[in-house]
Amino acid sequence: MSEKVLMKGNEAIAEAAIIAGCRHYFGYPITPQTEIAAYMAKKMPKIGGTFLQAESEIAAINMVYGVSSAGLRVMTSSSSPGVSLKGEGLSYLAGADLPALIVNVQRGGPGLGGIQPSQSDYFQATRGGGHGDYHMIVLAPASVQEMAELTVKGFELADTYRMTSMILADGTMGQMMEPVALDDLRVNPMPAKPWATTGTGMKRPHNIVNSLFLQPEELEKFNFERYERYARIEETEALAEEYLMDDAEIAVAAFGIAARVSKNAIDEARKMGIKVGLIRPITLWPFPKAVFRKAADHVKSMISVELSMGQMIEDVRLAAECRVPVSLCNRAGGMIPSPDQVLAAIVSAAKGGH
Amino acid sequence: MKTTQFLFSGFGGQGILFAGKFLAYKGLIEGKQVSWLPSYGPEMRGGTASCSVIVSDGAVGSPIVSKPDVLVAMNLPSLDRFENAVVPGGMIFADSTLIGRKVARDDVKAFYVPATQLANENGYPTLANMILLGKILAELGEFDEDSVNAALSKVISAKHADMKEVNLNALHSGMAQ
Repeated sequence: MSEKVLMKGNEAIAEAAIIAGCRHYFGYPITPQTEIAAYMAKKMPKIGGTFLQAESEIAAINMVYGVSSAGLRVMTSSSSPGVSLKGEGLSYLAGADLPALIVNVQRGGPGLGGIQPSQSDYFQATRGGGHGDYHMIVLAPASVQEMAELTVKGFELADTYRMTSMILADGTMGQMMEPVALDDLRVNPMPAKPWATTGTGMKRPHNIVNSLFLQPEELEKFNFERYERYARIEETEALAEEYLMDDAEIAVAAFGIAARVSKNAIDEARKMGIKVGLIRPITLWPFPKAVFRKAADHVKSMISVELSMGQMIEDVRLAAECRVPVSLCNRAGGMIPSPDQVLAAIVSAAKGGH
Repeated sequence: MKTTQFLFSGFGGQGILFAGKFLAYKGLIEGKQVSWLPSYGPEMRGGTASCSVIVSDGAVGSPIVSKPDVLVAMNLPSLDRFENAVVPGGMIFADSTLIGRKVARDDVKAFYVPATQLANENGYPTLANMILLGKILAELGEFDEDSVNAALSKVISAKHADMKEVNLNALHSGMAQ
């Protein structure tokens, strides 16, 4: 076991990206994720990398498109309103099948909103964010260690499947410090990228990276191929943590900071004799449907705990195939549910209320 | 399983975040699970700053301290805002140089340290935070010289190594209160 250091979640993402081989970062400052850019600004010049503060979020995501086209690991980070600005670029990356890592340290919305933690970009992240038929792999860390681990995983999945990965964190995860062991991170070799525009050397035909296809038959073919890939990802890459679920009669569904708060409430409820457990999706897309489907066989009800007006709850209901009632326990706009609020929801569910 | 939840609160610039970070590192060095969560945003630039620190023998759940076992109030608005949040039987440490009133509750243990005055008198006016910490560690019975030293080395960069001894002095003077 290597030495643990205290790090902010944002810094852990930045350092893990460097460990994963990312040498190109483009961004534009916005609270509560600016520490990522600050860390990159300090580190990248020392290791031969590129840190560039773009003139806007839109410029930054298009720089990501450029570097990814050349086959290199590249990332950008922002917070909610900034990610909305990147929406066009996200769609273009998907249309050109380009791997990249996008970090969204969410804050309250809609609009310019506030700067306090939120999870209200769930729909935006899991449904793609931009226009057209596509998905991103969406990873939801719940500790600073996971901020680091999922950053590495995000790059690897992006390269494996030629698509964008997004770290969907929130202001709490970005700002909090926890012990983290970076020496324990394992990085697999980057797969070959024969499609990258690295120069033909007069030895092969040109590689073209593009998302414009004016023949609908051709564009349809790419869409169908992409969705075959998505189906494989849904089968193999979904991840969730289950906590005290074996004998649970109530399942709490929560990710990120909401899962941390929920664990406190679940521990209290267990002391009161209530059989309750937690399902914490680690991948939000692909959503860990099988875990919820299995839980629906033995729980009486589910509670979705969210820092939003209720977004993940739709996936919970779909995954549970509406076989059990699912209620919402939430705060919004930058507020965080307290363990007491979640406990009250659990107690109510135990009494049969929803 | 023992878990202690600390809430540090005061004006931006009083070293609230630094004090919390020191305490978190001390816990980490002692093999405990820890979390540190600052308030962030406009309040850091002049208004009230606060910082949640959890030190536990087991895994830390929510990093947000809403019911502190130990409240450190470095100004009056902080005491006004968080006094009632402290768990019954908990502890409140107040900088009595800057807080004119007493703690109103009788179900918590209150400690008054003229930390800002002491810091000024001792020639390290920015270390009222560490004086209070010294008192806290003494009252908790957790002043371990080795881990205190090791934690100071973590939170004070090599560039400012000369500040380590000053910080240690401040901790000791708080302990003696």
